[in-house]
Amino acid sequence: MSTKFRDLLALEPLTADELGFLLDQSKPFQEIQKHPLKKLATLRGKTVALAFFETSTRTRISFGAAASRLGADTMNLQAEASSLKKGETLLDTVFNLNAMKPDCLVMRHAASGAPHYVARHLDIPVVNAGDGTHEHPSQGLLDALTIRDRLGTIKNLNVTILGDILHSRVARSNIHLLGKFGCKFTLCGPAMWVPRELEKIAPGTPIRCVYRIEGALEGADVIMMLRVQTERLNDPPLSADDYILLYQLNPERLRRASPKAIVLHPGPINRGIEITPEVADGPQSCVLEQVTNGVAVRMAILYLLISGATETDTHPALQVKSKESANASD
Amino acid sequence: MLLIKNGRVIDPATKTDASLDVLLDGEKIKEVGPAGKVAVPQGTEVFDASELIVAPGFIDLHAHLREPGQESSETIETGTRAAARGGFTAVCCMPNTRPVNDNASVTRFILDRAKAGGSVRVWPIGAASVGSKGEAIAEIAGMKEAGIVAVSDDGKPIATAKLTRQVMDYCRSLDLPVIEHSEDVSLAAGAVMREGVTSTRLGLRGMPAAAESVCVTRDVQLAELTGARLHVAHLSAKASLEQVRWAKSRGLRVSCEVTPHHFTLIDEDVQYDSKFKMNPPLAAREDREELLAGLADGTVDAIATDHAPHEPALKDVEFDRAPFGILGFETALALALEQLVHSGRIPLMRMVELFTAGPARVLGIERKVAASQPSDLTIFSVNHSWTYHLKESPSKSRNSPFDGRAFKGGPIATVVAGRVVHKQ
Repeated sequence: MSTKFRDLLALEPLTADELGFLLDQSKPFQEIQKHPLKKLATLRGKTVALAFFETSTRTRISFGAAASRLGADTMNLQAEASSLKKGETLLDTVFNLNAMKPDCLVMRHAASGAPHYVARHLDIPVVNAGDGTHEHPSQGLLDALTIRDRLGTIKNLNVTILGDILHSRVARSNIHLLGKFGCKFTLCGPAMWVPRELEKIAPGTPIRCVYRIEGALEGADVIMMLRVQTERLNDPPLSADDYILLYQLNPERLRRASPKAIVLHPGPINRGIEITPEVADGPQSCVLEQVTNGVAVRMAILYLLISGATETDTHPALQVKSKESANASD
Repeated sequence: MLLIKNGRVIDPATKTDASLDVLLDGEKIKEVGPAGKVAVPQGTEVFDASELIVAPGFIDLHAHLREPGQESSETIETGTRAAARGGFTAVCCMPNTRPVNDNASVTRFILDRAKAGGSVRVWPIGAASVGSKGEAIAEIAGMKEAGIVAVSDDGKPIATAKLTRQVMDYCRSLDLPVIEHSEDVSLAAGAVMREGVTSTRLGLRGMPAAAESVCVTRDVQLAELTGARLHVAHLSAKASLEQVRWAKSRGLRVSCEVTPHHFTLIDEDVQYDSKFKMNPPLAAREDREELLAGLADGTVDAIATDHAPHEPALKDVEFDRAPFGILGFETALALALEQLVHSGRIPLMRMVELFTAGPARVLGIERKVAASQPSDLTIFSVNHSWTYHLKESPSKSRNSPFDGRAFKGGPIATVVAGRVVHKQ
């Protein structure tokens, strides 16, 4: 494979080989997170523009940490401080940022497809850090990395996703990534959040929509929780108590899954709503590993896009480490 | 005088398909006769239409000319030039201008502007309710006297069933058609495309087909209740067409139009590009199949463009934020030839009907190539190769998904009131 990733806009168009390559490239950066000194000089002199047109805490900090650990500088644009409220168009804002000559644009936006639209007009790499209800590619990659670490593989697993799938960019990225490795999906939640159309969004990937959590958890290897966005509870009007009654992941329900099943959550968690504290803090939960892996995955993404590296040129400082992961690709 | 000679005249109103010469004397057709047999006075200008089709002037029932109020997107002058290039001799312009065309003075303004700078005939459609706000009935009688040909709150439906009923009752007494933009706005709220696998995959908010068909069902029931003439604008859904079919089988005065983009494209064509964003949105594959069937079997009365210019500054934004609508005049005929005629779905006669006799019937008028009829003719080719280049368009806007598309056949010349207003 000789793919050069120009942008990272979505996982849907990437092949299993390309996705496996991205995961393998993340492995050495995972090791870096364990070092007392975490800073590399790889991207010294490079600048990463972080443009978050929608509020974000962990993803923005995670990309910022990834850039800084690679030695890059960052430029930050946040929605509150942006000139969008002054009537400037998205494209004008981005062109202004680009005129300050960053080497990469990481953007989050509330409109699905906004990074695709911006990427058509820019000649620097664009990384989608979450677009509306479409995709969240780095989250999909960090989830896959976490699963592979815990279960030893990402192949042919039974994955259950619980919650508001319709509005979840995390769910879409996970389906498109894991689906290419033979995983089967069960999507579960109230019917207005789990429309039947979801079964057809990734041709070739078995996806079924169910509406009762008990059946959804039978035999699951991976359980992905989605945050119940309280703002969504208003459209359609849905009682939080009803949601808890039907869909909250508690220890009793978790016992229906495979005993080795792991629980993922992209955060932030609403304790006591979609998940009980016992489960969130229990041994099957991977929540904090996901966050750590997020920095590693984002380092790999920025490294690959900014240095233009391909499979053949792994970061030199990491070559020794990377040998041990040479066969880790699923 | 102007002689259109050696053309193949196709006129569904008179069931004519023959090689005929057409002599125009200013505003009116003077004579139609076998090629070479029409007596031509000295000094007559001659247009050689050999190997071309000569049809009655095309009528577009649905267009937005944006004047008054949004002249940066289009004006009556630029819009009608684009219409002439598309082969249209008359365009009905929707009332959602600023101010809304809800009274005779706005109607007269539009007609004055059309007279001063229009390339083709402009037939205004008046608002059904004051400001198209859905509260009080607009001054429809006054607008009719000034020259409107129908009423509509296009851009949205007439707000309530009660007001729709009242407008229908009133328009029945005035003998005006009520053109409805059929949409249940609560079902469509916030949506930017048709709901389906593609919207779900792209993470774009979709409106279900029922957002349209629920409203069509309501209106068909009200048309039966009132006996009014109901015309369903830009019909896109299978279920809506079934309602129209049912209404026609009951003998109700219900008609409908379909746009070229709805019989050409489907929701699966949507990318994150606002050139694919319009309302009603591109529908599902099976809806398109049904529209094609309706165009063939007579259920659909007219092809209408829903020409909806938006200046680049408005349209070149995120998909979610872009306004609905695309250009339509210049590609309508070529798309109809491509999708309907060359594909073998309908004969040329039927296609011409959808642009001429069909829309004329909706408006309650006649259009035919015969002596003493208005000298409006659309002359086109069915086989010349050409490519649509947006940069050549006289429109002020650039929002078309068909830029760069190669076509076989299209408009050659447009004659309005005896004058050649466009010639290829």
